[in-house]
Amino acid sequence: MTLLKVENLNVSFKTRDGVVEPLSNISFEIDAGEILGLVGETGSGKSVTAQAIMGLLPFLDGRVSAGRIFFNDQDLLAISEKEYQQLRGNQISLISQNPMTSLDPVYKVGDQIVEGLKLHMTITKADARKRAVDVMTSLGIPNADKVFNQYPHQLSGGLKQRIVIAMGLCADPRLLIADEPTTALDVTVQAQIIELFKQTTRERNIGLIMITHDLGIISHLCDRVVVMYAGNVVEAGRVESVFAEPKHPYTEALLKCIPKLGMADRSLHAIPGNVPSVRTYPHGCRYHPRCPKAKAYCMENTPEIIHVKNTQVKCHQFTAQWRTAS
Amino acid sequence: MPSIHRPVENSVMTPLVEIRHLSKFFPVTGGLMHRKTGEVKAVNEVSFDIFRGESLGVVGESGCGKSTLARLILSLIPPTSGTITFDGQNINGIGKKQLRHLRRKMQMVFQDPHSSLDPRNSIYRSLEEVFKIQKVPLPQEKINDKISELLGMVGLKPEHCRSYPHQLSGGQKQRAVIARALALTPEFIILDEPTAALDVSVQAQIILLLQELGDQFNMTYLFISHDLALVDYFCQRIIVMYLGKIVEITPANLSQKQPRHPYTKVLMESVFIADPLAKTQAPQIKGEVPSLFNIPEGCAFENRCVYSKDICRKKSPELLEAQPGEFVACHFPLTYEGKHSL
Repeated sequence: MTLLKVENLNVSFKTRDGVVEPLSNISFEIDAGEILGLVGETGSGKSVTAQAIMGLLPFLDGRVSAGRIFFNDQDLLAISEKEYQQLRGNQISLISQNPMTSLDPVYKVGDQIVEGLKLHMTITKADARKRAVDVMTSLGIPNADKVFNQYPHQLSGGLKQRIVIAMGLCADPRLLIADEPTTALDVTVQAQIIELFKQTTRERNIGLIMITHDLGIISHLCDRVVVMYAGNVVEAGRVESVFAEPKHPYTEALLKCIPKLGMADRSLHAIPGNVPSVRTYPHGCRYHPRCPKAKAYCMENTPEIIHVKNTQVKCHQFTAQWRTAS
Repeated sequence: MPSIHRPVENSVMTPLVEIRHLSKFFPVTGGLMHRKTGEVKAVNEVSFDIFRGESLGVVGESGCGKSTLARLILSLIPPTSGTITFDGQNINGIGKKQLRHLRRKMQMVFQDPHSSLDPRNSIYRSLEEVFKIQKVPLPQEKINDKISELLGMVGLKPEHCRSYPHQLSGGQKQRAVIARALALTPEFIILDEPTAALDVSVQAQIILLLQELGDQFNMTYLFISHDLALVDYFCQRIIVMYLGKIVEITPANLSQKQPRHPYTKVLMESVFIADPLAKTQAPQIKGEVPSLFNIPEGCAFENRCVYSKDICRKKSPELLEAQPGEFVACHFPLTYEGKHSL
């Protein structure tokens, strides 16, 4: 069953120097019980996508200029702010990058979990506490009863991130969006947290959108992957097929520029040039200045998303026009 | 393998930097009178050599002492005890003037290129400053030529010297920082997480550039990172640190059957390889990193180690040579076929 469907989403921001469009034509969907990875570099639009789904685009400056977002067949762009508030935290939860800034330093962590619960449902204090401790225990927090009464500074980074995940999960949402949830953590702790995400989404049969720049995490955790570049989706498909046979030159290059520990192929290839900023998106295909296969045709024409075998790819090289173009 | 991997066996193994029993303890003060209430053992009795022309990696999680180690080697902070010998010269307690002279030979590239460049200085001024501070007796024209040459070496255009840091991308800024580090043709560069603030596609550019420059100038690198895969790619030898101590020194190009210390094994297993077909097993580890204020007696890794036994709680293991060139600090090092236990 499709849980969330994003259709041709465009987001624009008003800035002092005019309107910019950090997202154009983003489409993807996610089913219940599925883990979808959104991968891309800085400025590719991953976090703006999360904000747009959560209805948290900066007030006044940012807006969805085109496209639609459906959650359980409900059009999220048509509902009022009050209805959105009922959805956020309750049906859709966001876990952000830095656990240190997601927790209020002057409140006990347990009370912060309970606060969200009380906002979304009529529940007694004792029941809310019990529910919070249960969720904390299920996330592998030892002595959850004791940790409930502690302050954020008394906890380690890994434990704090588990608390933030508990906050996201306690109202039993159907969709979880995690925006780089392990970037601030050490590698051994990261491995534990990623394992926790995998387990939790499977057990609860909820959808998870994992936003990351780390292809290793995608490969280990996700069922499907959406590769973003400069505000576009450039490739989307099942993780096994995208990693085994990347179709878009960007995906291919991205996979070659990370060292793979313990693998026979130890070569490393860089992508020339820089990630374009939202003000300087190139014409035509936005990847063409860095693409080894680019022709003049790529500079002049914007590619469409097309199906090639099992994956969707936004690249000219699979079209007849490109093959004949100079 | 590409030619940029300098084979270890061909290089003459003479140490450029010798580090013996190096420790740095930071006092912890508390209470009204700011009395010393304890100490943080950031670096604890560390000994190793850095050979000429090699890239030596230091890997470990936050708080393991890798950055403190870098600052100690460059004499940016004084050690609590121990000695550092650079090119045959003991650098502990040498005069300011001598130290400045020594700094021509050793340089550092920091993690965040944005905060290592003065935002009010153009790239030209940031580079020129190096020659002025070191009082290099060169006429202005020669300095200008040198700056253009340096920019070319790191893949920047001559006109970039007029740019200010905010006009450059992260990768370009890090190139400028590398150019500055190269300005006085040093023999030794410490790279402290040089790509941690960069995007993956740009990270690869910088890593390849550093390798190329390393080959060109027979540079000695100390490469500090939390990213084991990157260290393994860039370096010939790897030092693994945990809570201020060296737990293992091993040749790079790690395979699953190489780590001897259980912690190194856990680090390896924690790396997610970007290949859905790669075998993954959950790392075998328990518990949390102990606080640096309160490092347990015995082996520091004991509380998280799945192989721990009684002796591990009582006695701290020493760093011993297991095979030529391979050192491990563990009472029960891992063994594989064809390798002998201690």
